[in-house]
Amino acid sequence: MIKYGHWFLALLLSCASVPALAENDQANPDFETLVQQLPQGNLRDRMATIEALVSSDDERLLNLLTALRNNDLLADDGEPPRVARRRDGQVFDVLSGELLLDDTVETLSRVPVNNMMRRQLQTTIARLSLNNDSPQVRYRAVRQMISDGVDADIIALLRERDEIETTLLVSNAIETAFALHRLDSDNPQTRLSAVERLRGSLESEARNSLRRLAENDEVTEVREAAAEALQSIEGRVTFYRAVESTLFGLSLGSVLLLAAIGLAITFGVMGVINMAHGELIMIGAYTTWMVQQLFPGLIEWSLLIAIPSAFVVTALVGIAIERGVIRFLYGRPLETLLATFGISLILQQAVRSLFSPLNRSVTSPEWISGTLTINPVLSITYTRLYIFIFGLMVFFALLLIMKKTALGLKVRAVSQNRAMARAVGVRSSWVDALTFGLGSGIAGVAGVALSQITNVGPNLGQAYIIDSFMVVVFGGVGNLWGTLVSAMSLGILNNYLEPWTGAMLAKVIVLVLLILFIQKRPRGLFPQKGRAADG
Amino acid sequence: MKLKKLMKKAGMIGAACGLAFSALTAQAETIKVGVLHSLSGTMAISETTLKDTMLMLIEEQNKRGGLLGKQLEAVVVDPASDWPLFAERTRDLIEQHGVDVIFGCWTSVSRKAVLPVIEELNGILFYPVQYEGEESSRNVFYTGAAPNQQAIPAVEYLMEEMGIERWVLAGTDYVYPRTTNRILEAYLKANGVADSDIMINYTPFGHSDWQNIVAEIRRFGSQGKATAVVSTINGDANVPFYRELGNQGVSSLDIPVVAFSVGEEELSGMDTGPLEGHLAAWNYFMSVDSEENKAFIEKWHAFIGDKSRVTNDPMEAHYIGFNMWAQAVEKAETTDVDTIIDTLVGIKVPNLTGGIAEMLPNHHITKPVLIGEIMDDGQFLVVSETDAPVPGQAWSPYLEGSKDLIADWTDPVNCGNYNTVTNTCLGAEAQH
Repeated sequence: MIKYGHWFLALLLSCASVPALAENDQANPDFETLVQQLPQGNLRDRMATIEALVSSDDERLLNLLTALRNNDLLADDGEPPRVARRRDGQVFDVLSGELLLDDTVETLSRVPVNNMMRRQLQTTIARLSLNNDSPQVRYRAVRQMISDGVDADIIALLRERDEIETTLLVSNAIETAFALHRLDSDNPQTRLSAVERLRGSLESEARNSLRRLAENDEVTEVREAAAEALQSIEGRVTFYRAVESTLFGLSLGSVLLLAAIGLAITFGVMGVINMAHGELIMIGAYTTWMVQQLFPGLIEWSLLIAIPSAFVVTALVGIAIERGVIRFLYGRPLETLLATFGISLILQQAVRSLFSPLNRSVTSPEWISGTLTINPVLSITYTRLYIFIFGLMVFFALLLIMKKTALGLKVRAVSQNRAMARAVGVRSSWVDALTFGLGSGIAGVAGVALSQITNVGPNLGQAYIIDSFMVVVFGGVGNLWGTLVSAMSLGILNNYLEPWTGAMLAKVIVLVLLILFIQKRPRGLFPQKGRAADG
Repeated sequence: MKLKKLMKKAGMIGAACGLAFSALTAQAETIKVGVLHSLSGTMAISETTLKDTMLMLIEEQNKRGGLLGKQLEAVVVDPASDWPLFAERTRDLIEQHGVDVIFGCWTSVSRKAVLPVIEELNGILFYPVQYEGEESSRNVFYTGAAPNQQAIPAVEYLMEEMGIERWVLAGTDYVYPRTTNRILEAYLKANGVADSDIMINYTPFGHSDWQNIVAEIRRFGSQGKATAVVSTINGDANVPFYRELGNQGVSSLDIPVVAFSVGEEELSGMDTGPLEGHLAAWNYFMSVDSEENKAFIEKWHAFIGDKSRVTNDPMEAHYIGFNMWAQAVEKAETTDVDTIIDTLVGIKVPNLTGGIAEMLPNHHITKPVLIGEIMDDGQFLVVSETDAPVPGQAWSPYLEGSKDLIADWTDPVNCGNYNTVTNTCLGAEAQH
């Protein structure tokens, strides 16, 4: 990468036509004055300074601009100001490169940038990072160039890269850039060949340029070719949109699955209508926040620590609720409903009084953020991907517990016939408490996942309680597989309806369909069969 | 009838008790200030801070010797985010506690619930939150922004400074976003934006699955024209919205989002990394560099005992409102409601951004409009500021039904919805 750095700077320099500065890299007075000028003045002055910096030649430029872009550039109010940049938690002087001590760092404050400057920086950084080691970074650099507009200089840069590029994603993007450039050619034949090349390209700039050509080109042949190419692109886009909707649906489904699966145990297997289920999820999410507060140095690991902690905390809360309230109310669903509703209000207000009514900010670790780009119209966010996998893992773990362990056997026995189970020596009250604890613990684990996509605040639980009951009832009470299928199908249904009807109406339609379905099949998708179901 | 009598009796007993109590504690008579903010329920997240702000302002005033030689006494009630309860609590405050002024409400629906009560009992309400306009009551003073002090200048900024040509108006499905978006749509069309370049989207309260909508916004924004989102998305739905934007790789450079309901307080509960560079339009930012603001933040930190707490726009509105009321009381040398209502118009007090706020005859105030970019530390970088304070308009000139209306509570008009074409006052009935 360093090998090419000089080359690029030289090129940037020639674009800007200030060749006199190229002589001495090491002590570049203009560069140093400009750097010291950077923190001063208002935003407009700063933009002009960056403009000038870009055309100065110094090997510290990329680091300086990247630091500015990432808010890692600091300065004090001195005359001239000391300019420093933060890297890996340490602060270095930009000009001398020396490591600064803590008491110096305290006098520094950040050099603010605004959107216009960020755009300016991004364009420059894209040029400087075309030879980055990561294909995703290179791809983004090319994308940035395409969206900034392709001119002859960029084409020259890209041609250089194209010769050594090995990743298909990147070289395809480079090809697209070439073709986009050729679309503006004066020669109709060149334009035609470019249109041919762009057939099937999913870049939005390609589509927009083709649309422009299909409407305005002076040569009929080109117009027709462009229109045809556009049509084939639209076909592919429609296909990928359907794929996207399905993925979104599965992702929403996995969130619903996580929220509902604990309820599938407490409500589905034990028959307890637990209105405080949402608040157990909330407690799980707050546990994640607590973990991040307690171990501020371990943000990257915080979720992995939070999963067992949330399980234990919410399981204990669940057992306390079961022992303290619910066990006195078995067989009286209405009273259980009211009592647990009361508990949910108490828990909400307790969190409000204890922590504050404000939302808590849970940080997303680096490895869970970001997007996996498959092509320009289809990308999956890592958060959603992980939540999907995590949802399935929790599901199968639970399935295993219910089918293969002694606890699972006892739980099923008690839920099928309490008297008979007791007669063969199962301590039914003990099993009740453990089952409720298990269901609650899983709700807490769901809270850890939800903390990554939604607010962590006192109202978190309320948002999910209705959906959770919907999923369990639709899937068939007491059937774990039913919960899985119903969560996924409700998620997909919602996401297919949403683009047509809007979010509000989609929710209404799903609810109405559900009511109609329950009218027809009151026991849900997969009703329990046999004598147990009649009890 | 019977009930009314009973209520009156209860009110008298309450008043008597109050008198007896104050006599017992051998205190001089106090001036009572009602604080009507939800301390529990969903709105507690925003309103609790305003209650604390009011307590701080009242404490400050008392340290300076109170008003008219009397101490101020805060009467705090909790309407619990329940709209009908707002009306009931207002009745309690005026009839039982005999407060001279009320500072309160957050959502428009709570203000609408209070409106008939405060008019019937002839009280004063200071309302500190930006709202959709289309209202002016003799008994309410609107210290938050009207649409022409927030929404319109923000859109102007995007249009002129950032060259935005396509618009997504995204909001939560209730009265404030719907009215604001109606005004904005009319404004955009008046400025030559085509129908096909405006996308309007409403979502339910607390919406959390934004995948589809963000994907749609991304597609809408990839048609080769600069696109921006004007967001009236409320409260809790914002975090998942911005997260999804960040996750799908939509940065503020591709499609900037300008929000009217996201301030420092909301940001303090978010992971602000993915929000960087998105915009918000307010009349005050905590990061504004002025003497008044520095002093205010210092007092706030001392009062709340927590250096990490932020200040926000509605807090400034209460600061302005309270100071205006205090000044009016001193000027009129009474707390009599009718006198104060008349005295308040024309009162000028300094705001926190280094300017002067004036109470206008339509019961709105003059405010500077600031556009800020969100920084990753949860504060705003001011990128644009109006040269002069903008006077608040109760009725939008861009809407069919309201463009001929003005509000003016001074003689000779004395009407909240005066039609300048037919020269008639539509009266209070038309408002409710």
